[in-house]
Amino acid sequence: MAEEAKNSGVNDAVVAAQSHSADGAAVGTAVLSSDAVQNPGLPPHRERVTDLDPKKAKRAERTVYTLFYISIVGSLGAVLAYMFFPIETGELLAVRLHTMFVGIAMALALLAVGIGAVHWGKALMADHESIDERHPVPSNQETREDAAEVFTLADKESGFSRRSLVRNSLIGALIAFPLPGITLMRSLAPQDRDPVQLLKHTMWDKGIRLARDPSGVAIKASDVTIGSAFHVIPETLTHEEFSKLSLEERGGSENFLDAKAKAIVLLMRLDQSQLKELPDRKDWSYDGIVAYSKVCTHVGCPVALYEQHTHHLLCPCHQSQFDVSEHAKVVFGPAKRPLPQLPITVDKDGYLIAQSDFHEPVGPSFWERLK
Amino acid sequence: MARATKNVRKSGRRHPFATVALVAVGLLVTGAAYAGFSQTSATAEIDLNSASTISQGEKLFGANCATCHGAGAQGTKDGPSLVGAGAASVNFQVGTGRMPLAFQGPQGMVKPKQFSEEQTLQMAAYVASLGPGPGLPETRYLKGDGDVAAGGELFRINCAMCHNVAAAGGALTQGKMAPKLTGVPATHIYEAMVTGPQNMPVFSDTNISPQEKADIISYLKYIEEKPSVGGLTLGSLGPVAEGLFVWIIGLGAVVALTVWVTAKSN
Repeated sequence: MAEEAKNSGVNDAVVAAQSHSADGAAVGTAVLSSDAVQNPGLPPHRERVTDLDPKKAKRAERTVYTLFYISIVGSLGAVLAYMFFPIETGELLAVRLHTMFVGIAMALALLAVGIGAVHWGKALMADHESIDERHPVPSNQETREDAAEVFTLADKESGFSRRSLVRNSLIGALIAFPLPGITLMRSLAPQDRDPVQLLKHTMWDKGIRLARDPSGVAIKASDVTIGSAFHVIPETLTHEEFSKLSLEERGGSENFLDAKAKAIVLLMRLDQSQLKELPDRKDWSYDGIVAYSKVCTHVGCPVALYEQHTHHLLCPCHQSQFDVSEHAKVVFGPAKRPLPQLPITVDKDGYLIAQSDFHEPVGPSFWERLK
Repeated sequence: MARATKNVRKSGRRHPFATVALVAVGLLVTGAAYAGFSQTSATAEIDLNSASTISQGEKLFGANCATCHGAGAQGTKDGPSLVGAGAASVNFQVGTGRMPLAFQGPQGMVKPKQFSEEQTLQMAAYVASLGPGPGLPETRYLKGDGDVAAGGELFRINCAMCHNVAAAGGALTQGKMAPKLTGVPATHIYEAMVTGPQNMPVFSDTNISPQEKADIISYLKYIEEKPSVGGLTLGSLGPVAEGLFVWIIGLGAVVALTVWVTAKSN
């Protein structure tokens, strides 16, 4: 059949070419092309080596069943690997060996069965070209008319078009239907307290000393040399101190890491002459020392890539850049507002202390945020 | 054919390979002598406070650094003042080949160093004599025998955001970058922390104590020596390296497999 198709295609082409050249000769010098794309027909059927040589066919058969046996070995191997390389000990090396051997065995099982199946299909299953007629997609005219009539009748009987108020209210109800799903998100936040209030308060408060992360050792203003960057937590944010605090003092967070995530601060000392400060925030810094929340105002990654020459802070997640010398204003990237500044000063012993909590919520924006 | 029959002595100093052997011996002796000589000069004790070292350093400075940093190291519009930069800063910048700068760019790069250990220390002595600044680190903090766990925590808090959690380095803004920290001598790591070269912030001893710096160095040595428990690290560059691997190797394998599945069998 394939040969037939091929031949007929070739013949057509030859006939077309002949007639074309004959026409051309009759009309003059103009070259008239017949149908540019002609049906090339099916390519000649090529016998596979497995069709021609029964020995090769036997070999392909052997390859296929060997692959299937290898797959079985792989599956059993995965079970054995699970037994002989247990992870119950919890050692890192045990986990590594377990993952590696179970993984290799399963990969072997799946790959071998897959490759075997494809090889079977390609080398051994019947190999002949055939043509599938393409049928028209739509149903016949009668069926289509019947269907349209059903819809028209349904519309008439239900009054869907006529009673527009009923129809529109139904559409409205369907649109409103998924909304409860969104409000269910509220249950992700604490039930007994207002999440907005929780986000607005951190552990920082008037008089709390700025301390090194993670040791919790308080920082003296004299410790901070020009060009320094300190990673800062409230002095009370160490595991021992934290357990003694009331919920209020923890900035509303029960969890140590939650509290830390809100309170982390980066402290830097710049040459005083390089600071461009707003008049109402002049006393928020101390002798060129400024402190900013480390939580990015875009989606909340820790911003701590500080470049001491350019005074830029870079967020590694989405490349937002903040200019520390100018109230951490956004100079590049998707962040929409400056990093919140922590107003600081020194106490009588020379230690850096917070003047108050942040004046605005830290981190990404949310609806109820005022600023 | 007369030559072939001629009875040439094939041993002793008339052997055809005699010249080669002589040259080899000559090279070996010269090389060994030079190695011995240069070794003695490199390990020579240098007193950073002696007047002769400082004056040697001043000469080197005048010849190599004064164009940008000014004749008295007070700085020009092309280079910052070095008064108060300290010996550590000079040893880091010159010892890693960053200074003298090859060209003005976003950042001075590591390149083969242009001065010997001795010359570097002489210049360090000169700069240190101009004003108080961070000095060379004490060797007891450079041994890498500190608390690796504590060092790891400090590294993750203070360094990892720029230098990558596996110290593989990372990109900063506008062409600047944080270099990888593997294969860097402990002295240079310590000096970089105390001096804050280029855009790196300063981590003075009041911020991270010398012992804590020793812990960080120990951690860096540890991750340098220990093989990755997770198998292939792909350069520890995180999502960039992994993405590249999947796009090229992973998708390449998928394409190859697809070609094989759809190809006609012969």
